[in-house]
Order: sequence, then structure tokens, then C-alpha cells
Amino acid sequence: MPYLELRGIRKTYPGGVLANDDITLSVEQGEIHGLVGENGAGKSTLMKILYGMEQPDHGEILLAGRSLKIANPHAAIQLGIGMVHQHFQLVPNLTVAENIALGAEPRKGLFADQAAMHSRVRALSERFGLQVDPAARVSDLSVGLQQRVEILKMLYRDARLLILDEPSAVLTPQEVESLFSVLRRLVAEGCTAIFITHKLYEIMSICERATVLRRGRVVGSVRTAESSPAEISRLMVGHDVASPQRTPPNANPRDRLVVRALTTGSAHRSTPLDFTIRSGEILGVAGVEGNGQSELIEALLGVRTGVTGDIVLDGTSLSRLNARRRREKGLALIPEDRNREGLSRPMQVWENLASATYYRSARASVLDLGGLQGAARDLIRRFDIRVSSEKSAVSTLSGGNAQKVVIARELAESPAVLIAAQPTRGLDVGAAQFVHEQLLNLRREGVGILLISADLDELLALSDRLIVMFEGRILATFQRDAATRQALGLAMAGRLESEDAP
Amino acid sequence: METLDLIVNIAASTLRLATPLILAAMAGLLSLQVGQVNIGLEGMMLAGSFAVVAFGFWLGSTWMGVLAAILVGVALAALFAFVVTRLKANLIVSGLALNLLASGGTAYLLEILFNTSGTFSPTALQSLPNLSLPVLSDLPLVGRLLFNHSPLVYVSWLAIPLTALFLYRTIPGIHIQAIGQNEEAARSVGIPVRRRQYLALMIGGALCGLAGAHLAVGDLALFREDMTAGRGFIALAAVYFAAGRPRLSALACLLFGLFEALQFRLQLASSIPPQFFQMLPYVMVVITLAVISARKEWRKGWS
Ligand SMILES: Nc1ncnc2c1ncn2[C@@H]1O[C@H](COP(=O)(O)OP(=O)(O)OP(=O)(O)O)[C@@H](O)[C@H]1O
Ligand SMILES: [Mg+2]
Repeated sequence: MPYLELRGIRKTYPGGVLANDDITLSVEQGEIHGLVGENGAGKSTLMKILYGMEQPDHGEILLAGRSLKIANPHAAIQLGIGMVHQHFQLVPNLTVAENIALGAEPRKGLFADQAAMHSRVRALSERFGLQVDPAARVSDLSVGLQQRVEILKMLYRDARLLILDEPSAVLTPQEVESLFSVLRRLVAEGCTAIFITHKLYEIMSICERATVLRRGRVVGSVRTAESSPAEISRLMVGHDVASPQRTPPNANPRDRLVVRALTTGSAHRSTPLDFTIRSGEILGVAGVEGNGQSELIEALLGVRTGVTGDIVLDGTSLSRLNARRRREKGLALIPEDRNREGLSRPMQVWENLASATYYRSARASVLDLGGLQGAARDLIRRFDIRVSSEKSAVSTLSGGNAQKVVIARELAESPAVLIAAQPTRGLDVGAAQFVHEQLLNLRREGVGILLISADLDELLALSDRLIVMFEGRILATFQRDAATRQALGLAMAGRLESEDAP
Repeated sequence: METLDLIVNIAASTLRLATPLILAAMAGLLSLQVGQVNIGLEGMMLAGSFAVVAFGFWLGSTWMGVLAAILVGVALAALFAFVVTRLKANLIVSGLALNLLASGGTAYLLEILFNTSGTFSPTALQSLPNLSLPVLSDLPLVGRLLFNHSPLVYVSWLAIPLTALFLYRTIPGIHIQAIGQNEEAARSVGIPVRRRQYLALMIGGALCGLAGAHLAVGDLALFREDMTAGRGFIALAAVYFAAGRPRLSALACLLFGLFEALQFRLQLASSIPPQFFQMLPYVMVVITLAVISARKEWRKGWS
């Protein structure tokens, strides 16, 4: 008898989106079960149903053979179900211990028993090897640590069935490794897990079985030992996914972006940054997050105060220009966090597409709405954005389509230099491939590209040269042929093996 | 000696004048922390002022009046909570409505219940007697500065650490913070969100009732139409300036109290129309808070 069974689950969102269509799925006790599928395939929806956050239209949930109705998250917690959400559910100003115990605090009269809370959190940390300071404020933690807090939150509530919705999307390779060892330990202690990811090698390395969703339906269920990433991605997308083709580098490149003695006034002791991006070149930036990449992006875009040094694009200095002027000179940006910096989620697709250049359509300060919407329709067609209309709100789009909106806006104006930060974070294989193709097309056209990514495979596949950032400075530079995972990993940890001048 | 005397006097009246602000600010910060900012502080205070005078007069006891002021504040806060959480009405509109209701309602009730308009000061009603403590109140200077005030002044001092204790150390307090910062997270761990919102707002109602009571019967014993004169908003400004922290909010309230105490002195000592001086505290508080906030933003840099 399987531990968990979902039978014929169907879910339609208000507004008519059929997110889950007759889904049947079973998970064995002590298994790590992979759940994969394109953006918008309905993975998160299915897990929210299991966690009581959404109610299915019909269908049945059986846990250990018992048919259950899960009315709300509280009921799910009572049943021993825990979930780490795709978007973390943490309270920034509370401490780690307060977040972990939230809603189930040990009490001493009216007060929360801080001492008991801390000792329980510490005991859990030690038992599962999840080191984190219980007294730290969550807002001061890195994403990796925040995720640890989320996992501890489940364990604190004695969850036996763990749902992890894209836990690895924001982690560095090292953090993913440690997440995996924690998961293996939990399973060895009798927990069962459902693991959602877009990275197929993760599925191959940690799951015994995986279920593939496409457009709300189960299209296959595989044993990873008998399958391959290629087969799984074929099931996901419905056709083969080819890896992108690189053309030889530009024969006589010219400098497109020259950065000299740039300091960003960051918390790190500012060591000036110097680098050049040539036409038709992708310069990759590797590094653990929080080592000055965000500050660099803000400094280049001109939205940061306290920046010194020189930024020259195609011979024109940008240093004294504001963000709009810099964009007009041909600078484009795919931001790290599309939901916060790249898009206005409540606004419509066409408004988001027009947001960088709308002012040019104005005549006597009156916008040409029809023209802007027409232009949006063109972009939607050109970039194959799957939306019902240009008037849909961005908040209803899946991750992949939302990212396409950003890309369409940034590439619409044929940029001279593109800063692409985590351009495929949270995207499915098909959408990621689309983005990679776009970047390589731009490279062929002679655009200079700064590619900042936490995904080493992406960096190694696309970059012509790589720099490694560590504590706010450029620690090492690698030519494409000399870059290996090993060498990059060492440099990202602050250790130098071999170095050539930047 | 005379300047020292003057300083002590100004300091003492600063404390008195800051009292309603501090109480209202604690209410405001609770509403901010729970994610339902209540701009109706002003209205709840005004209703409290009216209630303390009316009930104090009818029941023949100022203290019973204070109790009534608290209850009226709580009732209005519950109404506000119902409208914004259950009916999901807009926060600004609901808060404004509360203020208009209190302002118009008290003027109307004044007319039909007591047959007056403008000011109502029944001779039978007494202000709250100053609380004097043995020994302490007789100390030179310090006694006059700290230990010779209306009882609600001391209540406001107690309210500051109690609010901090409630918010940061009790379980409902932690839940209130969680709801304000990430309601979805609070929901996902099964916190009864709506109940906590009622709690935070209704405690705020009680505090505003007390604030209004102090305005009416702290020194004198009278109700004047719109006697809160924007204090609810000043309290809210203090809360925003302090980013919802109790002690810093109280400090900002003291600052306003100081400006108000100074303007009374200046008014007495000059022939310029008094309206000019009455305006000063508001202008000063806006300028001070704006400058300090701007500096804070500036240091944070762009983010
Ligand atoms: N609250 C909502 N209201 C309306 N439609 C929604 C809502 N949440 C999700 N959808 C839609 O339901 C479908 C499934 O979304 P879901 O979030 O489950 O996909 P997913 O498989 O988790 O995708 P991703 O890999 O991008 O996280 C999508 O088409 C999405 O636009
Ligand atoms: Mg999802």
C-alpha cells in the first residue's frame, strides 16, 4: 500500500485556469519522489492542495490508506504534512527560533518561552546537521540559511511527509549538496518527501521515482535508475530539447563596455573593479551570492549612490547619466529577481512591456495606448509569450512566461550591452533553452553580455570568459577553455589555484 | 534659579502634553504592526474625550467616565476591525470615516444631550486629581517634574514598556508582528489571523480612549468640539518615524510635547496672534521628523 495516494485530483482556479486535470499519483513510505514539469504545469497547485491551501474541485487524498479532507494548513500540519514553499514564508523581523516555532510556541503563561524555544531549535539543528543561530534575525540570513529555517520549521512540527517546492532554485551548488544530505538523513529517519525542481540532474541524483506533469496532467512516471534526463525532459516538453549551439567567437571584437576602477560603496571593503566586455562576448560572473554581484549590477545600471570609477559604453561615459539615459545608450538588464525588480505583478502584460519606453510614445504628454498595446502584441508573438491577451495581469503568468515578458522588453530595443542576472532561475528546461538561445543570438549579433548566474553549468555552457567575484572583488579570471567546475568552485570559496591577470 | 524653575515647568508640561500622544502612538503602532494601520486614532480619542465628560457627569464620577472612555474606544476599534477585516474595506477610507463619525457624532450628541455647542464643561465634573506620592512628590524640582501629575500621565509611561513587552515577548504579540510582516506566512502555520487583528486593534481602542480621557479631564474638565486637534495624526507620524518601535515612538511624542509646551510659553510672552504659535508645534514636528527620516533614507542608500 502506498504511503500517499492522490486520486483524480482536479482544480480549476477562479477565472477558469484548469491547473490540475485528473491527477493520480502515489508515493511510497521513505521515498524521495520527484515532481517535474514545465512552468505552469500545475506542480505548486497540486502541492498546495495536499497542504490544505487550495481545495480541489474533486478527487481524493489518501494518507497511509485513510481518505482525508484537508481543509487548511493547520489540518495538514496535524496530519504530519510540512511544506517548504516556492516563495519562502518567513517573517523577516522575527528571530530564527520565533519563525520556526511560529504558531506552535512553547508557552510560559502568556509569554513565549524563549529558552525552551531556543533549546528545541538547537536540538533539532544538531540532530539533522542544520546549523543556524536561533537568535539571528531572519532578515539578516542568506537565502540558503533562510531555507534551513523553513526546513527546521517543518521538522519542529514533526512533519513526516515533507513537500519541497523548488527548494534548490535559489541555492549555490554547495548548498544544494548539503540540502541533499539533509534530505537523505530525514528519509533514513522515516520521513517521506516530495521534491520539485527544474534541474533534472537533481532528480537523477536524489529521487528514486519521478512523476512528470504537463498542462495539468500526469504524462509519465519514471524510475530514475531506468531513465535519463533526456527522457524526462522529452516527457516534460513533449519533444527533444537540444542544447544550444555556440558559434565561434567574434574574429575582430571591439570594446563595448569598459569598466575602470569601479567602487560600489558596498559593505565589503571596496576593491575597485576593472573589466571589459567586447562585442560578441559573454562574460560570465561566478560567485556565491552576496559577494558584490548585486551592487555591481546596480552600479552599472545607475541606481546606486556612492559609486566611483568609470563606466564607458561604446566610447560614451555613462557615469554621470541616470538609469533612463543609460538605457537609451543601449544598456539593458534582466534583473536577478524578476518579481521585485523586473515586473509589476499586478499590472498587465502590455504595461510591463511598455514600462521602459512608454514615454517615447507620448504626444503632448498623452500616451498612445493603442500603439503601446499593438507593440505589446508584436512582442508577445515574437517571443512566444503564452498569455490569453496582452491585457492579462502578470501575476497570473507562470514563472517562465513572466521571465519572457522581461526578456521581450529588454531585447525589443536591440541593446548594445545586456546584463543578464540569473536569467533562467526557476525556469523549466524548455524556457531555459529559449533564454539561452536568445543570449547566443545576441552574442552572434555583436552584443556584449554580462551573465551573472548561480548555475555553474549555465556559465560554463555560455561564457567566453569567466570572472569569479569574492567579497566584492574580482578574485580570478578564466578563459573558457581553462574554466572547470573544480577551479571555479575553489575560487568561489575564496581560494586561488592558478590566476591570470584580469 | 529662575531659569531652572522655568526649565522644570516646561519639562513638566511637556510630559503632560505628550501623554495623549504616547497613548495614541502605542495604539497606532499596534495597528501598524498587525498590518491594518488605523488612521482613525483621532476619532477614537475624540470619542473618548466626549465619553469621559458625558459619563463622568452623569455617573458623578470622573473615574467611571474614564472607564466609559475606554469602552467607547474599544467599541469603535471593534467596528473598525470588522469593517477592514471582515468587509475588507479600504484602510484609509475606513479610518477617515471613523474620524468623521467621531467629529460629527460628538458635536451632534453635544447638541442633543447637553443642549450646547462648542465647549461643554459641567461644573459638577472634576478633573482627575493629581497623584502625589509620599516623599517623592515633595522632592525639590524632581518632585514637581516627575511626581506631581495626573494619574493618566503615569499610565502613559507604563504603556510604553508594556506595549513592548506585549509585542515582543507574548505569543499574541509575536503573532501580531508575523501577521503584519507576512500574513501568508502567519496563515500557513495556522495562526488565527483575524482574531489577532481584532485583539491588536481593540487594545489600541482602549489606549485611544485613555488618551482622549486625558485630554478632557487630565488638567481641566471639559469637552471641546474637535479638541484632539490632529493629535491622532501626530501620534501616527511618530509611529512611522520610529518604524513601529514603542520606545522611539514615545520619544517622538515627547518631542511634540516639548514644542507644544514651548508654544504656550511663547504665546503668553508675546503680542503676535496666538494662532501663529499654535501652528508652530505641528510645523516643527513635521520638519524634524522629515529631516531625520530623510537622513536615515540617505544613509541607507538606494536599495
Ligand atoms: N492563484 C491563482 N489564480 C489563478 N491562476 C493561477 C493561480 N495560481 C496559479 N495559477 C495558474 O495555474 C497554473 C498552474 O500553476 P502552478 O503554480 O501550479 O504551476 P507550476 O507547475 O508550479 O509552475 P512553476 O514551475 O512556474 O512554479 C498556471 O497556469 C498558473 O498561471
Ligand atoms: Mg511552482
